[in-house]
Amino acid sequence: MELNSQIKAALADPEKKILLMTHIVLGYPSLAINRQVIEQMVSGGVDLIEMQIPFSEPMADGPVIVKANQDAIDNGVTVRQCLDFAKEISATYPIPFLFMTYYNILFKFGVEKFFQEAREIGIKGFIIPDLPPEEGEEFFALTRQYGIDPVMIFAPTSTPERMQELSRFGRGFIYCVARKGVTGKQTDFDEEFNSYMQRCRANTDLPLAVGFGISRKDDVDSLIGRADIAVIGTRTIKLVEEQGVDAVGPFIAGLR
Amino acid sequence: MNQTTKRGYYGEWGGAFIPEVLYETFRELNDAFAAAKADPAFWQEYVSLMGTYSCRPTPLTHAQNLSRHFGGGQIFIKREDLNHTGAHKANNVMGQGLLVKKMGKKRVIAETGAGQHGVATATMAAKFGFACTIYMGEEDVARQRPNVFWMEKLGATVVPVTSGSKTLKDAINEAFRDWVTRMDDTHYVMGTVCGPHPFPEMVAWFQSIIGKEARVQIIDQFGRLPSRVYACVGGGSNAMGVFQGFLDDAGVELIGVEAGGKGLDSGRHAARLAGRDASAGVAQGYKTMFLQNSDGQMTDTHSVAAGLDYVGVSPILTDLWQQGRVRFAAATDREVMAALDMTMKNEGIIPALESSHAFVQAFKEAGEMGSDEAIIINMSGRGDKDIFTIAHAFDDPSWKEFIRKKGKEYGA
Repeated sequence: MELNSQIKAALADPEKKILLMTHIVLGYPSLAINRQVIEQMVSGGVDLIEMQIPFSEPMADGPVIVKANQDAIDNGVTVRQCLDFAKEISATYPIPFLFMTYYNILFKFGVEKFFQEAREIGIKGFIIPDLPPEEGEEFFALTRQYGIDPVMIFAPTSTPERMQELSRFGRGFIYCVARKGVTGKQTDFDEEFNSYMQRCRANTDLPLAVGFGISRKDDVDSLIGRADIAVIGTRTIKLVEEQGVDAVGPFIAGLR
Repeated sequence: MNQTTKRGYYGEWGGAFIPEVLYETFRELNDAFAAAKADPAFWQEYVSLMGTYSCRPTPLTHAQNLSRHFGGGQIFIKREDLNHTGAHKANNVMGQGLLVKKMGKKRVIAETGAGQHGVATATMAAKFGFACTIYMGEEDVARQRPNVFWMEKLGATVVPVTSGSKTLKDAINEAFRDWVTRMDDTHYVMGTVCGPHPFPEMVAWFQSIIGKEARVQIIDQFGRLPSRVYACVGGGSNAMGVFQGFLDDAGVELIGVEAGGKGLDSGRHAARLAGRDASAGVAQGYKTMFLQNSDGQMTDTHSVAAGLDYVGVSPILTDLWQQGRVRFAAATDREVMAALDMTMKNEGIIPALESSHAFVQAFKEAGEMGSDEAIIINMSGRGDKDIFTIAHAFDDPSWKEFIRKKGKEYGA
């Protein structure tokens, strides 16, 4: 099933006012721990998971995820291992999995070869924060050919015209960056945020995911009615660091 | 320059691989830069500023003793060390400073490797009244202490970057992270001809003042064009600066000299185009040849010269290399110290460790040339900032004694 329809089907569940997407950095602290964390996340009720293939230059990420990328690479995790792991995980759980990474990982692997593997694995979408549509001619052609959705990113600085343009390239859902800056800092869900979300909604028909700075049930609650998916990124990485893997399931379950 | 139709590309290299949050910021920057470039008055204002605040035009010095020593081509040195703040970095920074004023922004940020670009940016910020934050790899903070001191004294905040390899590339990532947070009031003064479009074009434009002057000067002093022009290449801004004066002169050979570190086979170098370890990639917002592994992870680079210790290289230079217009060579740390020593003793000139790379290759080739031929070495900066590194490399006893005494004085 296409990501978009999967999301719409999940949203049709009256119990679910909003979907939850979580983020993991593959190989941090280890693939073995990733496996346990994902199990906790799925049992806690997560609807989608983005798996970040680590890159040495994660320009759009904040300190926690930067360190996780770096430690994963220092621990020796390879792109090959990430793909093999993703294959196993995707076969184990029914929820959609996405790859998040930077463009060089695809470029160096061979962009088409990467799409082929991702399709075999059953990956539903790609989030590539450093690949604007202007640079992605080959990439966007391949997303259609291989049926993998390119998740486009809206930012508070995006104009309505730009949002519409991005929306034409995007499929699956739109990832709305909640505020300026990098991942991992608190976001104020204030009036300005409200009008930003209205602008997002007005300029695309795709479901809206909101990420950056969402770490508590209050944050998730405040997104109900404004967004379709709440993205929890840095918070679960910190949670595993501070309280261990077993804290993840209850944390996720407590978010809604 | 062989610029293809796709904007911001040089052959297959360049582009603007930027996060969406910066899209509008880059649109504004492209507009402001295009307007400045199309306005002759802007360039005049820039030249006049560099003539009154810095030391432009910088001299072209005939190095008669070195020329005699090698017994071949006549060696001329383009003296970018005589710029205010001691390096060619001032050219780009003052130019971008004028642009920042036009855009109405109040704060500048920059990355720095050797610290020269940081010092130049802090200087510009002080002069124009901008707030200033400089990102510098922790390793570079340690090895370029004098420049850190001056940046702070000039009123800038220096942030040591502890992620990644703690060098220039990591400082660039951190500067971008700042920029995506504060793009409304902040301009990122990229220090070299790298990064997303329009930076390579913009920095090359400001640095072209070097080549424009050098071309006039060599014809004036020597009567004709040089046979060869040498420049060190980290990101490539001083090289692009001087090369642009001669790109259209097919008879002038252009040679870029990269950091050979411990040797091209050692794995401890920063030679992208002269070595065999680099491959095409996309990082830090642009496409070029990067020192990276087979997964696309950037590898650690090494050079005695912090300013050359970088994983990528200008997309413009990569294109010129691919076309065969610029030849690339590498100089090892050891060769650099010998060339530096020789230049000081023979000419009374102290090149920066970065610039000394260009001297190495020129010295290797000068002897094979006729005495009726001229070569130009672009001396991108002065070596004063490297006093700790150079003194250490020379294992200088009286310097060590001085440091010990100072240490005692501070109760170390």
